[in-house]
Amino acid sequence: MLTKRIIPCLDVKDGRTVKGVRFEGLRDAGDPVALASRYAREGADELVFLDITATNQKRATLVALVRDVARELDIPFTVGGGIGTVSDVEALLMNGADKVSINSAALARPELIDELAARFGSQCIVVAADARFNDADGWQVYTRAGTNNTGRDAVQWCREAAERGAGEILLTSMSNDGTKDGFALDITGAVSRAVSIPVIASGGAGSKQDFTNVFQQAQADAGLAASIFHFGEIGIRELKEHLRRDGIPMRL
Amino acid sequence: MEIAIVDYKGGNVQSVLFALERLGVQATLTADHDVLRRADKVLFPGEGEAASAMKELRVQGLDELLPTLTQPFLGICLGMQLLGRHSQEGGALGTDMLGILPFDVVRFQAAAPEHKVPHMGWNNLQALRGPLFEGLSAEDYVYFVHSYYAPVGSYTIAEAAYPAPFSAAVQHENFYAVQFHTEKSGPVGTRILENFLKL
Repeated sequence: MLTKRIIPCLDVKDGRTVKGVRFEGLRDAGDPVALASRYAREGADELVFLDITATNQKRATLVALVRDVARELDIPFTVGGGIGTVSDVEALLMNGADKVSINSAALARPELIDELAARFGSQCIVVAADARFNDADGWQVYTRAGTNNTGRDAVQWCREAAERGAGEILLTSMSNDGTKDGFALDITGAVSRAVSIPVIASGGAGSKQDFTNVFQQAQADAGLAASIFHFGEIGIRELKEHLRRDGIPMRL
Repeated sequence: MEIAIVDYKGGNVQSVLFALERLGVQATLTADHDVLRRADKVLFPGEGEAASAMKELRVQGLDELLPTLTQPFLGICLGMQLLGRHSQEGGALGTDMLGILPFDVVRFQAAAPEHKVPHMGWNNLQALRGPLFEGLSAEDYVYFVHSYYAPVGSYTIAEAAYPAPFSAAVQHENFYAVQFHTEKSGPVGTRILENFLKL
């Protein structure tokens, strides 16, 4: 039986993980390879690396990081963050990334999704959508870290991305991100029902029950979180054991 | 031990090279017929689309060579599907393939909202048989990413269910192949690679 997936997300900048990571026993908590290996050993099903480097050396440092991670890691990983061209994607995949996630570049020029899917196959193209709710327009897609409203409806955009050849949707609720009040069940469920490709829910995870809810009530295929794992608030193994007890298929 | 990986621009081979490296094994990425014929083991990974993969194999004459190989051979993902006779993938007529194993590859139909296509993620293996799966059980999970599959037949040496059973692994004589990414399947995948290297 296909399991639901638990995916820790690591923010990286200049080849190092950022945002505080409080882990005992990690000699250098900023080392993405050490952190990734630790998550893999604890039972993470996949990893996502979000690169927030904004320098000219961005591409070179990211390729080097991908190589180092791929050499060590025996589970799949996705790389995202400011990836905009076919040649960016090719460099990351050829160096060992399993999937690449694109966000603003796809919104700026949706044909990029078609081009990447035709060239590399849908299986490695993740479209990340950052959605925010407002009473007037409902759930809309934002870019530039949630500051720029594209005016696009989140469900319609995800459907278009799937039709253009995305292999997976990474849906982040900006309205829930950082709140620890749980995932956005309404928009996650709406997107999950609208597309026939897998949906990763992100934003708002604060408890084990939040994951149960997003799998049972919003039909998410995977749940992504960062801080609750980095700060050791919830262990991956205990989370997965909890979910299995709730009747959700989990790899343990 | 000489390990050769078939080079036909078949996608992300770097992960397979790294997985072998973690086992202390160096492999050569090559399309050279003599090197492939002489190797002790041949790996045939693949991602992407069947028609363009077959086109590239034909350009390199590998469609003629691969069926004649006699050493232990391991197809991975698309590298498994290509061993079949025909795939629905690749235009209205589909794609004629290597025909080393007698299966026809078909697309998953999204029968219910929870059965999304591609079949992506960790699924457990069942009905395991043969040396490739020594030490493993139906409790073991491996990582799949695919939209097309080979049905279950006499050649099937492992099944997975999505929701109906399909071939997770197949074998004919020296030709072994797995639909999942053994190089990305954690310790279980590593064990399968080790078992293959011992054949």
